[in-house]
Amino acid sequence: MRSIFVIAERELKTYFTSPIAYVVLTIFILLTGLVFSFFLGVMVESAGPRAMQAAQTGQPPEPLDMPGVIIQNSFNWVSFILMLILPMITMALFSEEKKRGTMELLLTAPVTDLQVVLGKFLGACAFYLILLATTLVHLAILVSVSDPARGPILAGYLGLILYGLALLAIGMFISTLTESQIVSVVLTFAVIMLLWLADAFTRGSSSSLAKAVSYLSILEHLNDFLVGVVSTSHVIFYLSLMLVGLFLTYRSLDSLRWRG
Amino acid sequence: MISVENLTKRYVTKTAIEGMSFRVEKGEILGFLGPNGAGKTTTMRIITGYMPSTEGSVKVDGFDVADQPLETRRRIGYLPENPPLYTEMTVKSYLNFVAKLKGVAGVKVDDDVSRAMERVSITDVQDRIIAKLSKGYKQRVGIAQALLNDPPVLILDEPTIGLDPKQIQEVRELIKSLAGSHTVVLSTHILPEVEQTCHRVIIIDKGKIVAVDTPQNLRSQIQGSARVFIEVDGPVGDVLAAMKGIPGVVDVRVATQGASQGTFHVDVEGGQDIRRELARTVVQGGWGLLALQSENMSLEDIFIKLTTAEETPAQTAS
Repeated sequence: MRSIFVIAERELKTYFTSPIAYVVLTIFILLTGLVFSFFLGVMVESAGPRAMQAAQTGQPPEPLDMPGVIIQNSFNWVSFILMLILPMITMALFSEEKKRGTMELLLTAPVTDLQVVLGKFLGACAFYLILLATTLVHLAILVSVSDPARGPILAGYLGLILYGLALLAIGMFISTLTESQIVSVVLTFAVIMLLWLADAFTRGSSSSLAKAVSYLSILEHLNDFLVGVVSTSHVIFYLSLMLVGLFLTYRSLDSLRWRG
Repeated sequence: MISVENLTKRYVTKTAIEGMSFRVEKGEILGFLGPNGAGKTTTMRIITGYMPSTEGSVKVDGFDVADQPLETRRRIGYLPENPPLYTEMTVKSYLNFVAKLKGVAGVKVDDDVSRAMERVSITDVQDRIIAKLSKGYKQRVGIAQALLNDPPVLILDEPTIGLDPKQIQEVRELIKSLAGSHTVVLSTHILPEVEQTCHRVIIIDKGKIVAVDTPQNLRSQIQGSARVFIEVDGPVGDVLAAMKGIPGVVDVRVATQGASQGTFHVDVEGGQDIRRELARTVVQGGWGLLALQSENMSLEDIFIKLTTAEETPAQTAS
């Protein structure tokens, strides 16, 4: 267990000693900030006309959970932004070790391959959580002026965390395939895009293959979380995707050993 | 301490090492000598558990590398060909990480790191970023890394590569000082390195062991059998027979052969100088002596002979 943390700790520190962490954090904070302020603006502007409409018709406006709508829309966008950002978190995980020859250090240290995989993954996850935590600022702003429902927020964060873990595991696997961070990030991005588009390709078709493919659509499974529904099947979907990623990484390390 | 049995590593397209067997005793310094691509690095990678073998077994301190990898890895300090450095870290934080990775207890990490840094004299650069260090310092950080957790076995792949002559001397002294308490296997293609530091040498070529001996024995073998080059104007067959009759001559080989003259390599036993006898024999035979020169075989020569000649004696191994 200690070895896992030792590896994870170094991984997390590496993000912050290289420019990657700051670039990724800046892009993410900027984009999510823009999205949040955009939806905040839209809702605030719509409040006036709605009140006016209510006065004209003499009836109270339809009840609307404004903070809830803002959060849901923001989360939707965050999940999209993460598709671009997450490959940058995983791109160097193993590719850089291969390139620098430090792989030989890790694979000859008295630790198991599984500990190496989990340590690296934990490091990447920790950085992802830090990234995601920056959106709590938006939440604090909303809470300070309104009283949003807790359920959808918690479910939404749970969904984003599971979604992130799944994509990080896939990205980590891809980083074992190449020595180049560029190849790693581009390939990861392509795979994520494919998983995202899985739904679009099969829309309108009702064959069982189409159903199976559309099941792989990574964003579809997030929708329920964002409206506050935590369904076991979606949790299992993300967790299995993560386990597949971890397993493939583990196998890939084994194959690296054989090939030398 | 290390026992290697019938070790073989095959890739899809080529065989890297084949049927390699040897033992390394406790406290011994063993040198791996061979041209690039001979299989030195592959052998070391298998011993350290980086890479599985296709056939054969490796035991370190009684533990099998394949069956109990964590036990063997705990006992081995490994310096790969390219020192495995996280160049964005400082020397100290890097060594701290490696120490913890190797399972050094939390409270002992600082002591262990200081000790390793002192051994290779890098204490003065401990707070520098590794990327900014010179190649020699980087190599020494790599050696320090291998010394962490004080492993009984050290596997060093080309430990002096990229160092300046003074540093090379220091590293060789360091390796020699480790003997006794540590078992060291090092690879090199620099012959004086082997002569200066190793107790025993394994010469490998094309994945096979071609010679195992002490550097002294290898050298005395060579010096013991001095060689003379001679060019004679006369019938080759008669000259050959006459020279073979001289006491002390072990072997005569014809190098080039003309119609009535030839050049010969004469191998002589026990460092005797028989040039006078050779000259006398030629003159007494009524032939013309065109050239006579004593040839010195260096360790380089035997190395090249062992690793390049087609008719290499397959087992000079003792």
